[in-house]
Amino acid sequence: MRIRKHPILSFPEKDSVPFYYNGKKLYGIEGDTIASALHANGVKKLSESINLKRPRGFYCAIGNCASCDMEVDGKTNVRTCITPLKAGMEVKTQRGKGRLHGN
Amino acid sequence: MVTSECVIVGGGPAGLSAAKELLEAGARVTIIDRNERLGGQLIKQTHMFFGSEKQYASHRGIDILEYLVNDLAPYGDRLEIRTGTTVAAIYQDKVLGCLKDEKYFKIKAESVIIATGASEKALPFENNDLPGVYAAGAVQTLMNEYGIKPGQKVLMVGSGNIGLIVGYQLLQAGIEVKALVEAADRIGGYLVHASKLRRLGVPVLPKTSIKRAIGKDAVEAAEIWSLDENWQGIPGTEKKLDVDTICIAVGLSPLTELLQQTGVRVEYVRELGGNVPLLDEGYRTTVDKVYACGDVANIEEASSAMVEGRITGIHAARDLGHEVENAGFRIKALQHELYDLRGGPPGEKVRQGIKKREVLA
Repeated sequence: MRIRKHPILSFPEKDSVPFYYNGKKLYGIEGDTIASALHANGVKKLSESINLKRPRGFYCAIGNCASCDMEVDGKTNVRTCITPLKAGMEVKTQRGKGRLHGN
Repeated sequence: MVTSECVIVGGGPAGLSAAKELLEAGARVTIIDRNERLGGQLIKQTHMFFGSEKQYASHRGIDILEYLVNDLAPYGDRLEIRTGTTVAAIYQDKVLGCLKDEKYFKIKAESVIIATGASEKALPFENNDLPGVYAAGAVQTLMNEYGIKPGQKVLMVGSGNIGLIVGYQLLQAGIEVKALVEAADRIGGYLVHASKLRRLGVPVLPKTSIKRAIGKDAVEAAEIWSLDENWQGIPGTEKKLDVDTICIAVGLSPLTELLQQTGVRVEYVRELGGNVPLLDEGYRTTVDKVYACGDVANIEEASSAMVEGRITGIHAARDLGHEVENAGFRIKALQHELYDLRGGPPGEKVRQGIKKREVLA
């Protein structure tokens, strides 16, 4: 679902960036955030509500609302809408509230 | 500890404009922004601005961003830019606790300008938490910054300038806009934007709102209905729309959380977007050498944020003891620009809000 033709902007071909979503290998491109790469792959559900386990996607896309929090490389509550995608990242749907990650 | 004469939190149109004035006056400036790139929401604004030449009218937001950043280039030796950095705390002695790449550090500032902008509001309706229900600005980010379509068929809720402009930008990206609904009896934004949508065949429906989203794991459809004079849905008028995306464009709230840590006085002014700081004519808050400008002070257009930023920058520079050439004259001219930007019916709400705030202060 990437935009190919646009009257004002151009989106040139970029190197692909492999990553894992719940164990499955997917590809984003250079410059993607985790959330944009997932969305480009058709993944709209990013998190689950804590009590009722309702599906949640992103809402604000600028790091405000926490609706896109996921577990990334073992770290919970990562705001995927503003975290740049890196090759090999392990991205998972987070269960529950997550935990503090210390030094 | 790292020190700075003036720390500006937020590198959007207001913050960048304030920085330029301070640098020109000879101050040492630090700009902190949590995003990797400067520019705030200008990054995704592909439309041409209104206003006058002085605020780059008929230039696109994405280009204005470059002008603002380039304006700072000559002052590289006195300017420190810290992107990808989140200010997590401000203490009363103007020490800022910052987070960058998981590392925490502090900066001690003589003065602080808060230009943190705003966040988009949500709207209560059944299933409003389903994936596919997105803030309109979020969709703009996804499309114009990352080049990704949010979906194929969209319902836009809200006819302010964001709803109208993003509606048009969805069409530019090759996405179908099934309808734009507006709860009030008239268009909220500029009519010229609404006309563009209508000409392209998008139904723009006043006195109409969303009743519910339908879907299991994501939006599969939306139901809209007509509203009566008390803003209540009229049973029997429901219409189901075949959409996979619902954009919410129902206004913005100032991001004052950080600002409030400094202990400034904040009051609720509906017309300005919610809780906003009390300010004097120099954008000084009630705490010495803490300033606020742009959307965090009052929800408006980027054009006014730039002008406010410049006025704030001039005052902040003078308060730090720097001389600003022709300061009085220049401030007057900038105030005139604001006056013009807020003229006419579209500026009515902001004018009222600012008056209210003046009374409260």
